[in-house]
Amino acid sequence: MSAPAGSPHPAASARIPPKFGGAAASGPTASTDPSPAPHQQNGPAQNQMQVPSGYGIHQNYVSPSGHYSQGPGKMTSLPLDSQCDDYYSGLYTVPTQNVIPPSTTNQQPGAQQMYGRGPPAPHIVGSTPGSFQGAAPSASHLHTSASQSYSSFVNHYNSPAMYSTNSSVASQGFPSTCGHYAMSTVSNAVYPSASYPSLPAGDPYGQMFTSPNTPAIRPVKDHSFSGQKTAASHPSLLPPPPPSSQQHHQPQSLSGYNAVSWSPSGLPQANDSLIRNHAGSLNMSSSNPASIVADSSSYPVTQNVHSSKSSPVVSTGVSGVSSSRIPPTANHPVEPTASVTTQPSDLLQQKGMQYGEYVNNQASSAPTPLSSTSDDEEEEEEDEEAGVDSSSTTSSASPVPNSYDALEGGSYPDMLSSSTSSPAPEPAPDPDPATAPAPAVPQPSKLAKPFGYGYPILQPGYQNAAAPLSSGGQPSGQVYSGFQQYPQYPSVNQLSSSLGGLSLQSSPQPESLRPVNLTQERNILPTTPVWAPVPNLSLDLKKLNCSPDSFRCTLTNIPQTQALLNKAKLPLGLLLHPFRDLTQLPVITSNTIVRCRSCRTYINPFVSFIDQRRWKCNLCYRVNDVPEEFMYNPLTRSYGEPHKRPEVQNSTVEFIASSDYMLRPPQPAVYLFVLDVSHNAVEAGYLTILCQSLLENLDKLPGDSRTRIGFVTFDSTIHFYNLQEGLSQPQMLIVSDIDDVFLPTPDSLLVNLHESKELIKDLLNALPNMFTNTRETHSALGPALQAAFKLMSPTGGRVSVFQTQLPSLGAGLLQSREDPNQRSSTKVVQHLGPATDFYKKLALDCSGQQTAVDLFLLSSQYSDLASLACISKYSAGCIYYYPSFHYTHNPSQAEKLQKDLKRYLTRKIGFEAVMRIRCTKGLSMHTFHGNFFVRSTDLLSLANINPDAGFAVQLSIEESLTDTSLVCFQTALLYTSSKGERRIRVHTLCLPVVSSLADVYAGVDVQASICLLANMAVDRSVSSSLSDARDALVNAVVDSLSAYGSTVSNFQHSALIAPNSLKLFPLYVLALLKQKAFRTGTSTRLDDRVYAMCQIKSQPLVHLMKMIHPNLYRIDRLTDEGAIHVNDRVVPQPPLQKLSAEKLTREGAFLMDCGSVFYIWVGKGCENSFIEDVLGYPNFASVPQKMTHLPELDTLSSERTRSFITWLRDGRPLSPVLHVVKDESPAKTEFFQHLIEDRTEAAFSYYEFLLHVQQQICK
Amino acid sequence: MAFTFAAFCYMLSLVLCAALIFFAIWHIIAFDELRTDFKSPIDQCNPVHARERLRNIERICFLLRKVRGATPGGERKGLREMKQQLVLPEYSIHSLFCIMFLCAQEWLTLGLNVPLLFYHFWRYFHCPADSSELAYDPPVVMNADTLSYCQKEAWCKLAFYLLSFFYYLYCMIYTLVSS
Repeated sequence: MSAPAGSPHPAASARIPPKFGGAAASGPTASTDPSPAPHQQNGPAQNQMQVPSGYGIHQNYVSPSGHYSQGPGKMTSLPLDSQCDDYYSGLYTVPTQNVIPPSTTNQQPGAQQMYGRGPPAPHIVGSTPGSFQGAAPSASHLHTSASQSYSSFVNHYNSPAMYSTNSSVASQGFPSTCGHYAMSTVSNAVYPSASYPSLPAGDPYGQMFTSPNTPAIRPVKDHSFSGQKTAASHPSLLPPPPPSSQQHHQPQSLSGYNAVSWSPSGLPQANDSLIRNHAGSLNMSSSNPASIVADSSSYPVTQNVHSSKSSPVVSTGVSGVSSSRIPPTANHPVEPTASVTTQPSDLLQQKGMQYGEYVNNQASSAPTPLSSTSDDEEEEEEDEEAGVDSSSTTSSASPVPNSYDALEGGSYPDMLSSSTSSPAPEPAPDPDPATAPAPAVPQPSKLAKPFGYGYPILQPGYQNAAAPLSSGGQPSGQVYSGFQQYPQYPSVNQLSSSLGGLSLQSSPQPESLRPVNLTQERNILPTTPVWAPVPNLSLDLKKLNCSPDSFRCTLTNIPQTQALLNKAKLPLGLLLHPFRDLTQLPVITSNTIVRCRSCRTYINPFVSFIDQRRWKCNLCYRVNDVPEEFMYNPLTRSYGEPHKRPEVQNSTVEFIASSDYMLRPPQPAVYLFVLDVSHNAVEAGYLTILCQSLLENLDKLPGDSRTRIGFVTFDSTIHFYNLQEGLSQPQMLIVSDIDDVFLPTPDSLLVNLHESKELIKDLLNALPNMFTNTRETHSALGPALQAAFKLMSPTGGRVSVFQTQLPSLGAGLLQSREDPNQRSSTKVVQHLGPATDFYKKLALDCSGQQTAVDLFLLSSQYSDLASLACISKYSAGCIYYYPSFHYTHNPSQAEKLQKDLKRYLTRKIGFEAVMRIRCTKGLSMHTFHGNFFVRSTDLLSLANINPDAGFAVQLSIEESLTDTSLVCFQTALLYTSSKGERRIRVHTLCLPVVSSLADVYAGVDVQASICLLANMAVDRSVSSSLSDARDALVNAVVDSLSAYGSTVSNFQHSALIAPNSLKLFPLYVLALLKQKAFRTGTSTRLDDRVYAMCQIKSQPLVHLMKMIHPNLYRIDRLTDEGAIHVNDRVVPQPPLQKLSAEKLTREGAFLMDCGSVFYIWVGKGCENSFIEDVLGYPNFASVPQKMTHLPELDTLSSERTRSFITWLRDGRPLSPVLHVVKDESPAKTEFFQHLIEDRTEAAFSYYEFLLHVQQQICK
Repeated sequence: MAFTFAAFCYMLSLVLCAALIFFAIWHIIAFDELRTDFKSPIDQCNPVHARERLRNIERICFLLRKVRGATPGGERKGLREMKQQLVLPEYSIHSLFCIMFLCAQEWLTLGLNVPLLFYHFWRYFHCPADSSELAYDPPVVMNADTLSYCQKEAWCKLAFYLLSFFYYLYCMIYTLVSS
């Protein structure tokens, strides 16, 4: 799907890797030659997918599952988010498309099938792009019904080229294990399927399921799919209750396409575009690059349709409108938009289509044999939320191979097999005792000391703990599905040791407990990136568990009681990244979303099935009934295997919520830009960059045909822009009464993006020059925000505020509070909190109206971010800060703004979201961190959710967990996608419970702990004081290490001993103390400090860790040793260096990856070959002071360096800016301040810090 | 049997103590209302509910406000809110007690009340949100630990006021009878 549009079909089939062909029973068809009629290649196979009638099998292309090429020949480790790197960049070459999920036992059988919630017939058709056409020409008729529901979409995607793209994805990998399924696997292009709630032009409840009493179609048994479905949905065959609508719809669906290449059967075209539409929409949500390309490519066509559809009263003769108020500067004569050719038929068409869909729904839902009435009764008893009408019980799921494990390169199972067969090579030269077959005998501590870390000492305590477990560690619950809940300890150890190579840090249990003498270990930092520890679960559960990228707990072994937790002195909490861009996400469309009756937990892989018909909730332990619909597993086409359903096979799933989950129509995507145009802002010149970015990305803004956009500018007055379609040019309306802001016109300030596109473009072209001569220096931000709030409150949406100075007028005006002399004070840092409540209150109001405010602060002076940030903090927005921004004087900031804007404008967005976090009974959440409003004790209200938002939750143990061996956490994020769908994304994490302190220490996730501590420290420094927070951080280290020293290890106190799992803890805490947010003694501007705090609160863990502890690599001698292959590029993997100047040699060049910025430090004595080959200058002296780009030189080392940097950049939300720092340039202080292991005049070096900690412990 | 100033103090405080008990109960109810929320995600996702919920939280927080401050739209409903604010009356009534007992030289009673007086002072001047006039900050109050703290505080106050009610009753009779 992500392939560039228009990739030829031959390529598609050629892409099918050999392995896949072998795995699938229908190999011949799958790996067919590039036949001229590629659709047919899958036809036969597809025909075998017979499903009992009533279950539409949707082949669901869930999100770009195709980005990782994991063919046998390519076990590459990819950057975690490499697929979401360059949107639209077309980087995605053909080969990367195929996912070949490694064939393993526990993999989801194929990524493919999705049970259709809606009418089965349309879904099938819609979802299987090409395969059906080969089956029977009549199959194409099916599409019509599907296309109806998307009538609005369908029309948008008209480029025929797209079809080939989609069809090319048709080859999905399949596990060989599901033998009976193999046939179908061949053709499973998993497409998003027709499961969208049909929300075309404006009718939110367009899709009506239910009414089982409609004319039944026919009981289909094992007919060929296509034939059956054709019958079901073909208009002519259908006994249509309202026949007229049916008649409508076919011609319409035909007419909707500007079919350039009309295929013989005619209707397949419809199919194509439908698919495109699916692909596009889903991909938008999953941020697939290419899909958006597709989107935009077909855009021009879209316009027509939109205009005609969503405003039925569109007058085509636009020119007649009198432009009475013409802004003085915007003189671009706008032609009466010729593109708005209203076709009256379109309107009809829409209606008819919807209607027709309704009919089809009825028809197709009728034959559903499984939707028994008893099911409904059960549901209706007390289910107030969902599935109240569950008569059409088709559900669609797109079980995608559970590939999170595969993200790190190599698929999980493959890695497993390889590592089991041969012990995983230790990547680091680190003398790892685990590899040495040392006897696991508790050594006397004195012996251990001289050798430092060299002994694989099993702590006595650990052994004690392990013994009872190994003897009696039995699954506690009745585990129906055969999960071994708590395997015996030794076996786990074996497993995990054999898994040693799986993730580099997932050392076996004893390893993570291996005592490390911190003061004697010189190289504490591993040379490879630190991965999240893998919870000590059985292999089954491990595979099912949620990806650590989305969901992490600070303790992967949950202590049994609060007392035990207190003893461990470690923070307990969760780190969430719920809306992360995912490569593969099973999307499930089901009318009955199965949930626990009492606690409303969504069914997840960790529930236990007591018998066929009942499941036990893993959070509240209530026994629930399995709904009838759930008994059928469309993947295997078998009945009575509820535990094989995709919901139960994936810990991260997305449900498409039925209309029961919304009481108002899903809001359209609404974007409002509030721009500072005072003198200061014009001087900084951000408008040019913003308008340019907007113009470029206007078509890529996530949204559907209802997308609306508006602009407000302000200086001492507030300017609105009337962009009503039909005007010849934008009208500027000025409101100068900032004390009582009102909207000059009730509507037409927020206009439909597609209808008024020309006007918007005009405005964007004119804006940068409109205010060039302004003398106005005041900034009335508060009133402008009030106006924005008024403008947005009917719908909700996103407000993007660009501010360049301290607000000086009207409500919410601020005074400068920073005393520059106090910047480097070691004592009290004041004014970390807001100066006024205005912004907070406004933010709460916005949050209540589902409006999020994103703040871009581009300021050269103090702007009181502490106060301004409140507007985003409590309305779930995000904050960007560009200190001393100037478009010419500070090109790196300008470049950064440009890149950030690109990401910001095009990334996925969810509206009117709520997130609820549930956890097993006995645990409770008490404090949340992030940008949101806490609406209830476990419910976060998020006006907007974006893929770059992270959250943290602190947990406490209220009741003893002795009667359970596993605890689970579930995050459910309910949001409205930019396409107007209500969706629920559910993540479930399962962790073991342990009773001994040693096990608690063994399971510490040090990175998660640090991030949680950082969040807590931010709170502490705002509510109390910065020095308090710093003390608390140091105390966290002191307490945990001393607790470990006193209770677990028997070492004498003269040495500073930490378990291996905690060995980086002091280093990270020191890094935190030297962070801009918490450092003292070094000159730090207040805004910088506050911004760092905001980032700590709102960044997800991966990005936060880079910010706290940057990665340092030596790049002047990159080799291919250990290199990985990404997209056919060789990416070298240089070892990590510790952040100390002692590692910097004058002869070298080093790259520091600080998350949002890269530094390349070039030593004075750096070899000329490097400078010449990579930097493109003859010698060191000629390298300029400010260099932000590496030239594209045709040398090996340049190529290596660039591919390495590109690889690092991929998957960052904020594309980092590169700075080349020469050894003697003044900019090197920027670089050196990140060398946190070194001593500064104000802070400890790492070794001193350790001594300090040790001193504190001994006290 | 004489109607001394001390007896008058006790009689007055007896009446006012009933008011304080009312305040404490009101607090408990308010926090309970904050804590309980419908578990139904349908309601949760409903924007109307979201707004209602938000207003509710804000209303309660505003009721518990210390002083009348400028809120967005506060000018309009200022009068109503002034009547509704509950924290300041409670604090002032309690400090009135203390002053009266000081004047009446009822040292024991004063001593019993002084800790709470100091707590009130601390609570009043050390607000959770920087520069906020709210004693309870809407964005923060829903954090479970804040909420449970507030609830505990309210329960403790209720117990204290109840006990002191009977203590005042006893003291009143005692002073009336003894002198």
